[in-house]
Amino acid sequence: MPAHETFYEVMRQHGITRRSFVKFCSLTAAGLGLGPGYASKIAHALETKPRTPVIWLHGLECTCCTESFIRSGNPLAGDVILSMISLDYDDTIMAAAGHQAEEILEQTVEKYDGQYILACEGNPPLKDDGVYCLQAGKPYVEKLRYMADHCAAIIAWGSCASWGCVQAARPNPTQATPIHKVILDKPIVKVPGCPPIAEVMTGVITYYATFGQLPPLDRQGRPKMFYGQRLHDKCYRRPHFDAGQFVEKFDDEGARKGYCLYKVGCKGPTTYNACSTIEWNGGLSWPVKSGHGCLGCAEDNFWDKGSFYSPVTNLGVTGNVEHTANTVGGVLAGAAAIGVAAHAVGSVISRATGKKPQKSEEVSNG
Amino acid sequence: MATIKVATPQSEDFTGNLYVFEVPVRIWHWVHALAITVLAVTGYLIASPLPSMSGEASDSFLMGNIRLVHFIAAMVFAVGLLVRFYWAIVGNEYSRGLLIPPVWRGQFWSRMWHEVLVYSFLTRKIAKYRGHNPLAQIFMWLINVVLALFMVCTGFALYSQGTGAGSWADVLFGWVFVIEPSSQAVRMWHLTGMWLMVVFIIVHLYMVIRADFMSRQNGISVMIDGVRRFKDDGPRDPQ
Repeated sequence: MPAHETFYEVMRQHGITRRSFVKFCSLTAAGLGLGPGYASKIAHALETKPRTPVIWLHGLECTCCTESFIRSGNPLAGDVILSMISLDYDDTIMAAAGHQAEEILEQTVEKYDGQYILACEGNPPLKDDGVYCLQAGKPYVEKLRYMADHCAAIIAWGSCASWGCVQAARPNPTQATPIHKVILDKPIVKVPGCPPIAEVMTGVITYYATFGQLPPLDRQGRPKMFYGQRLHDKCYRRPHFDAGQFVEKFDDEGARKGYCLYKVGCKGPTTYNACSTIEWNGGLSWPVKSGHGCLGCAEDNFWDKGSFYSPVTNLGVTGNVEHTANTVGGVLAGAAAIGVAAHAVGSVISRATGKKPQKSEEVSNG
Repeated sequence: MATIKVATPQSEDFTGNLYVFEVPVRIWHWVHALAITVLAVTGYLIASPLPSMSGEASDSFLMGNIRLVHFIAAMVFAVGLLVRFYWAIVGNEYSRGLLIPPVWRGQFWSRMWHEVLVYSFLTRKIAKYRGHNPLAQIFMWLINVVLALFMVCTGFALYSQGTGAGSWADVLFGWVFVIEPSSQAVRMWHLTGMWLMVVFIIVHLYMVIRADFMSRQNGISVMIDGVRRFKDDGPRDPQ
């Protein structure tokens, strides 16, 4: 392929029309929360800037990020971005296999040293030198470190790469470790979610392609435009929360009326993601809209923060035994009340059986 | 009416009536107690909401009001704490006891051990104190300084989730989520802190009422008019 082809050229080669391309630019500008004028800026950047190669690595994961990506409800965005990525390396959807596939990595490192984006889906297990995830006969962690050494920036796709997710849940037998704890010297964007929303994924790549830098990140390293607010803040059932109207059971009247799912465990109030605004599958639905609470899949350690069906979750301090703050606190308060009552009885007995009051004793002692 | 003496630092006087807790300390105590009560009740209801309301969503604002009361009480709690810390600097010796237990004094520890023996019914020799005894003092410090600051930091961090990135709560307390990225976990630790406060209140109420009967000085009334009343004129430490 020519050395400096643009994104636009690649898209056209894949049969995407100019009209679709412009639509995609407008959609992405809106998705990124940019003004209308930015649609043409995005188009201009994609037409003129050399294409940024994207290498998509897979560690310990379930491939739901890729599934989400290729099932984007908006085929426009899906096709466009797919053509931006699949060309280089994504072992789930690329045509190459075996040695041929691994050669692509070498070629990219040679040709685009320090310029390509490394998209990581899944995470490396570190235990026993990383043997629990072998690719092309080598531990995945070695491949990750090698590719990270030569990349411009890393996008940590999904909760596995961002936080650890299910394979890092207690007791984490393979010591699965999120990317930011393995690669310390590269800028990393976390795009958590299990999986992340397709439009969020495409938005992050387009932002980088357009502006040549990573999007503004929050304290946790997540793009602010998609993870700046909780689901709760933009939830269409929020008025029911404020009114105190809750689903108590999944088959009650409140459930039929679409009341707030907080009492049946919705984690919207503690989950940062764009589900309540962008929604899923091209705006078709999202968990709360379908009548089930948010599991908090975009949050750190959400697997260990059970139950999914209670607003008061486990503290996670006592190993496998599940204790919430209310059970621990209730026991402590009960113990305190019993202890105080017992001590009061002890005090009364002590006083009744004691010698004369201290007072006269001291007076005589002088 | 008995004369009220003003307590002076390092005084060896443990007789009669001594003015120890100044007005700001007493006002803070009752405001603090009220704030904690309101915070604990509303906080519990935020974690475990009341039975569902019926009717139109626009007709009620129950959860919103419970949260609003919680936030107002939280502001009172936080500002009260600031005022109390300020008074620890400008107030008398007894206003400093809460904030800075004199752990560098050997006597502090020997007296604390003595109090452990007293409360375990292992000695009947009861000592007199103008302020708190060291055991009470260290628990006051753990609860009303350490735990209170923990509740303020985690509370305002959770509050910043609603006020949003860049708000004062986020700027001042957002660092909590650097230590614990999961806000659900922060919520649960905040809730656990509430239960520790409840445990403290149970023990504290018992201890002050007990002091009226079992100790050699008054218990409840000292936080009402600030005057420590010694029940006897004997020596501070019984032989």
